[in-house]
Amino acid sequence: MPGPVVILENVDMIFGEGASDQVHALKEIDLRIEQNEFISLIGPSGCGKSTLLRVVADLVQPTSGVAAINGKSARQARLDQDYGIVFQAATLYDWRTVARNVQLPLELMQFSRSEKESRTQAMLELVELTDFAGHYPWQLSGGMQQRVAIARALSFEPSILLMDEPFGALDEMTRERLNLELLNIWRKTDTTVLFVTHSITEAVFLSTRVIVMSARPGRITADIAIDLPQPRNAETRSNVRFFELETTVREALRVSEAGEEPERKPG
Amino acid sequence: MSDPRQRFWAPAVILIVLVVLWESLVTAFNIQQFLLPKPSAIAGNLVQVAALDASVSEEGEDISLENRFFTVLPADLSPEMQASLEEARWLAFNLGGRRFFVLRGSNLTPILAASWFTLKEALGGMAMGTVAGIAVAIAAARWTATREALLPFAIAANSMPIIAFAPIMNNWFGIDNPFSKMAIVTIMIFFPIMINTVRGLVSVDAQSLELMRSYAASDSEILVKLRIPNALPSLFSGLKVAGALAMIGAIVGEYFGGPRIALGVFITQEAALFRFASAWAAILVACLIGIGIYLVILLAEGLALPWHPTFRA
Repeated sequence: MPGPVVILENVDMIFGEGASDQVHALKEIDLRIEQNEFISLIGPSGCGKSTLLRVVADLVQPTSGVAAINGKSARQARLDQDYGIVFQAATLYDWRTVARNVQLPLELMQFSRSEKESRTQAMLELVELTDFAGHYPWQLSGGMQQRVAIARALSFEPSILLMDEPFGALDEMTRERLNLELLNIWRKTDTTVLFVTHSITEAVFLSTRVIVMSARPGRITADIAIDLPQPRNAETRSNVRFFELETTVREALRVSEAGEEPERKPG
Repeated sequence: MSDPRQRFWAPAVILIVLVVLWESLVTAFNIQQFLLPKPSAIAGNLVQVAALDASVSEEGEDISLENRFFTVLPADLSPEMQASLEEARWLAFNLGGRRFFVLRGSNLTPILAASWFTLKEALGGMAMGTVAGIAVAIAAARWTATREALLPFAIAANSMPIIAFAPIMNNWFGIDNPFSKMAIVTIMIFFPIMINTVRGLVSVDAQSLELMRSYAASDSEILVKLRIPNALPSLFSGLKVAGALAMIGAIVGEYFGGPRIALGVFITQEAALFRFASAWAAILVACLIGIGIYLVILLAEGLALPWHPTFRA
């Protein structure tokens, strides 16, 4: 049994430390993510859930504490391309076709030409966009663009997939369809997913564990195991247990938002 | 407005109305040729049309087209005259029982030769200014210190009065040396190219940069794969401005002296000799060349940026 994929120990993140307008974004974060888990981070706006994801991605460095990814530093993990990342905006390069967008990380990592082509092909099949390989991003709908972004993030087979509200800008129907697709991809690719969302339904439907965070300074206030049966499908949404878990998460969020623990100092 | 046919016809109709108005007002008020020549007199320097009309009686043998745009000739021309028309013609056709000849205007050859000479100066200067502008822009985008150090000089170069600068360049490189005009064009277009390219290189979406960082991409990879493609649309905006400036710069340089075959020199000389119609004809050609440069840049843009919103069908 390999060790945890992500270990965060006592991570604090303070932006503009010492300044009068300093922001205490994360406080005393301890989190362990095991292989093949699907973890959702949920919390009120500005609770630092995106910051937490960026700490894992080494796009920001924590003020204190330790972030270890696959048994090495977050920086080393980034340099080793251990993770793929998907943002809320698809962030496709306008001047590249769908296929060439998916290839971008493969080019940077100097994959051989044949390897690049076969992987791009496989990724486009995975997200069911083979017919759109030659299209430019502006020719695609928002949901399709986001699928390209997922294909791009997975093209080099990272062990971790980081997703920062990837479906936040999409309409409800598209979001539900992409939720199902994402679960399929997760099952097929053996990745560990860290998923930031502000949708309770989405978090419960997708995850094996939901991490609830409090408002600033962001702390982990609840860690809820989602014991819904796998594989999940449209019927999962009508499962009684699904509603119970939704209520549990909603309750935990309400407590984390209103119920400031008495011992906490103001940030 | 988006209908391409309408985009073509609306300006074409306005152009025709303006030309007809110009011609008739100059005729009606009998405006002197040196103040404002008729459009037909200007055009006659470049293209002439002769019609053979049987109803016109012969007016002696000394038939001359001079610089007129349109001339009616008697149908029973001498065989030599007819032969020379047939030989000189671009185009001949019959319409309404008359035979029409479209001929080269008397000043077409010198004007085209001068335009070609000046165009080469403009293009040479444009090439140098573009290369220099892009090179400095890349350096400025790559190193903030470079940007801050260079920007004041770039602004100074841009505020330089080109008219005052032209005689100095003529002095440096020699009046007859095309390089003196190319230098003027280079200085004129450097700034629009540089500043537009810097803007495109720097105004990169923050998340696109983060994506590159997540791939541990190096600065030069970010430059090649993100900043430069991102800068292409603004580089083309700069090129369009530069294309219009290039012909102007070369002609202004020639006003302060240049070889006799240069367009600026031709215009000054014709004006000095009160041949205003031919000076105007040369200006017209310079203007058409400017439009031509613009269209070439537009075409290149369409080929280089098929993904850009401007070209989305």
